[in-house]
Amino acid sequence: MKLSSPPRSTVAALCATIVVTLTTLAACAPADTSTAPAASSASFTPAPQDESAKITVWADSTRLPAVQAYQKSHPDAKLDIVTYDGSADGSTYLQTKIQLFDRTGSGWPDVVFAAPTDVTWASAPTGPSAQAFAAPLNQGLVPQSTLDNFAKGSLTPCEFGGGTYCLRNDIAQVVTWYNKKLMDSFGYTVPTTWEQYQALGAKVAKEHPGYLLGAVGDTNSQESYFWSSQCPAFNLTSPDTLRTDLQDPHCTRMATLLDSMVANGSVSKDAFFGQSFAQQHGSKVLMAVGPSWYGQYLFNSAFKTPAGQIAAAAPLTWDGDPTVATGNVGGGIWMVSSHSKNLKSATDLVSWLTTSNENQASAPTYPAYTPAATAWLANPVNSKYFANDVSSAFQAAANAVWPGWSNTRFSDATAWSSVVLPALTAGKTLTATLPAWQTAIENEAKAAGYTVTTK
Amino acid sequence: MTEVGLRGSFSAPVAGVARRRSRRRAGSAGYFFVAGYAILLVAFGIVPTLYAFYLAFTNEKGQFTGLNQFVKVVQDYRFAPAFLHVGVYLVLWLAILMVLTVTVAIILRGRLRPGLSAALRFLYYIPGALAGVASVLVWLFMLDPSVSPAAGLLRLFGFESFAQVLGPANLPVIFVLIAFWTGAGGWIVVMYGALNNIPDDVLEAARIDGAGAWKTARYIQIPMIGKWIAYMAILAFAGGTQLFIEPQMLQTASLGRLDPAWSPNQLAYVLAFRYGDFNGAAAVSLILLVLGLICAGLLVRRSGLFKVDSE
Repeated sequence: MKLSSPPRSTVAALCATIVVTLTTLAACAPADTSTAPAASSASFTPAPQDESAKITVWADSTRLPAVQAYQKSHPDAKLDIVTYDGSADGSTYLQTKIQLFDRTGSGWPDVVFAAPTDVTWASAPTGPSAQAFAAPLNQGLVPQSTLDNFAKGSLTPCEFGGGTYCLRNDIAQVVTWYNKKLMDSFGYTVPTTWEQYQALGAKVAKEHPGYLLGAVGDTNSQESYFWSSQCPAFNLTSPDTLRTDLQDPHCTRMATLLDSMVANGSVSKDAFFGQSFAQQHGSKVLMAVGPSWYGQYLFNSAFKTPAGQIAAAAPLTWDGDPTVATGNVGGGIWMVSSHSKNLKSATDLVSWLTTSNENQASAPTYPAYTPAATAWLANPVNSKYFANDVSSAFQAAANAVWPGWSNTRFSDATAWSSVVLPALTAGKTLTATLPAWQTAIENEAKAAGYTVTTK
Repeated sequence: MTEVGLRGSFSAPVAGVARRRSRRRAGSAGYFFVAGYAILLVAFGIVPTLYAFYLAFTNEKGQFTGLNQFVKVVQDYRFAPAFLHVGVYLVLWLAILMVLTVTVAIILRGRLRPGLSAALRFLYYIPGALAGVASVLVWLFMLDPSVSPAAGLLRLFGFESFAQVLGPANLPVIFVLIAFWTGAGGWIVVMYGALNNIPDDVLEAARIDGAGAWKTARYIQIPMIGKWIAYMAILAFAGGTQLFIEPQMLQTASLGRLDPAWSPNQLAYVLAFRYGDFNGAAAVSLILLVLGLICAGLLVRRSGLFKVDSE
């Protein structure tokens, strides 16, 4: 026996009713009520303060010892220290959690270590009833004189609508790394311009094939190369207008240069930090254009290059272009929660972490706070590994970071990693991939509420 | 899944007796046993679904938006690619699952010695005991030519690096491999159970009529376990559209070489947690729910899954 089904006319009528209802419903309130986070005045309503309240600190494993050192030197401070990924490699763990805390109305950490990208969302409310997560530190929390001592432009990623929402922990200015021992034994001179770098690549490919002058396969290679080349890929011309023009000569010159070097094998398509790179090519890296932390983290830790071989030189320039400009790869920030019940302790911790010589002179990465950076360079621990005095290269680069690569509400790594790198792996050239990269950036930017322009 | 399958296949003859008995002793014990599942279902299944309905038809301020959230997410630049990715994956996955599990179950049932058959069933089932995350980890090693035990095979296909293996065109195949490896074993056991349910006299009659192994499978066994195949298709389809852990893990492990919104479920995740758009995320998940229901409805109708034999 067959189950009785409703007559077809009934079904049709039902469908018609649904369609009509839905069409009527379509004329309702808009789905998107939030206009792009406007440059709001930097103020917030603090929670009721309690100077003895415990503060929760979220830090990555690299900065964990610094927080523990603070606890040691400030035995009265009550800290609850939690380690997390520190927003490395475009992780959105922190943002995910804060979104949830904003919905539940509790649970926020008091102090977090994060990436500059995080300030873009943390400085604005995540919803109509939420308060921006980050507290504007220049509103009576950290003295202006302290803020003035940070390296030129290093607090720019923290600044939104008159508020300084974070303190920069370290900067990651891009310098020219080279293996002095290898360069000397091959009889090469260290290039000072990109053109010389390219010429050296052609020479290495012929005379010492297998040796590398760089790699473009990392999630942040675009910051080492295209940022240094002053490519307007992520250029905010106003708080809500993003200029992205990858056909600009500043972008195409870098793409062409890298294409030629990838083609002759002097620049690898793999990632320096890929699974097997250190093992397969680690001892054959003659040069690397990359951030100040490459010295310790890439050459010393990952490649295990012996001390006394690696040296740093000032950023490369372009023939006929007088501007000295370089990129920046990461560099963490500290934020204080606007929901903190103990702003005083939280601010004190953040100030100590970023500005005290006690902490920063022995910090793993180059301090953004200028007096601390001087102390850092003077610390033999930070220089004994290198074959030359890296101070001049580091200081020159620290003040030459190109300000046109803006801190946007979306990561500059997503499109590079998920669109450009797979295309490179599949054998396409960078030049041929620029349009796809451009489209990916435009899409992400629009989704994040930016007006996109090429001019 | 397996429990439901086995209970269904064995309880039919005794159903009448059981019903009469339970009617007589309809005490509170029944409610007690059902409560554990029912409470969890309400708390973590029904309430969240209703909340998703609420979110999908409102905006951030709680105003009623009608279909605007749906229009918004459908127009999102990531929507079509995400559904296309999962579409390709589903076609591959369902086709391979249907053909291979049924074939393997038939071979295990009729062509092998019982001991060997049992050992193989156990072997096939083992990977299914691994959680999704663990199985992805296994495959991260399997697919990286620098560490994989099958590196030679990968190189034979022209893959010299992990990055090459993760080429966008290969992703659906990779996810099918992972899904098949973890999921097929359980289904082989279920199909085997279903085949066991076919009365021996039917098979014997077929043999007397001169049906060989192929004809028996084609005209007797497969039609008689049709309901189980439909049941498997419904669950595999629903599970497949919800693909999340595998691409999410690969995305992290490959340092972002995958689109963070590769699958629709990931798109919902990105919308909710990167853009704070919980309403849009709810709309994406409702679209997945509707697709799953339509597919299930079609399969149930076509296969007569819920038709009771006596009617």
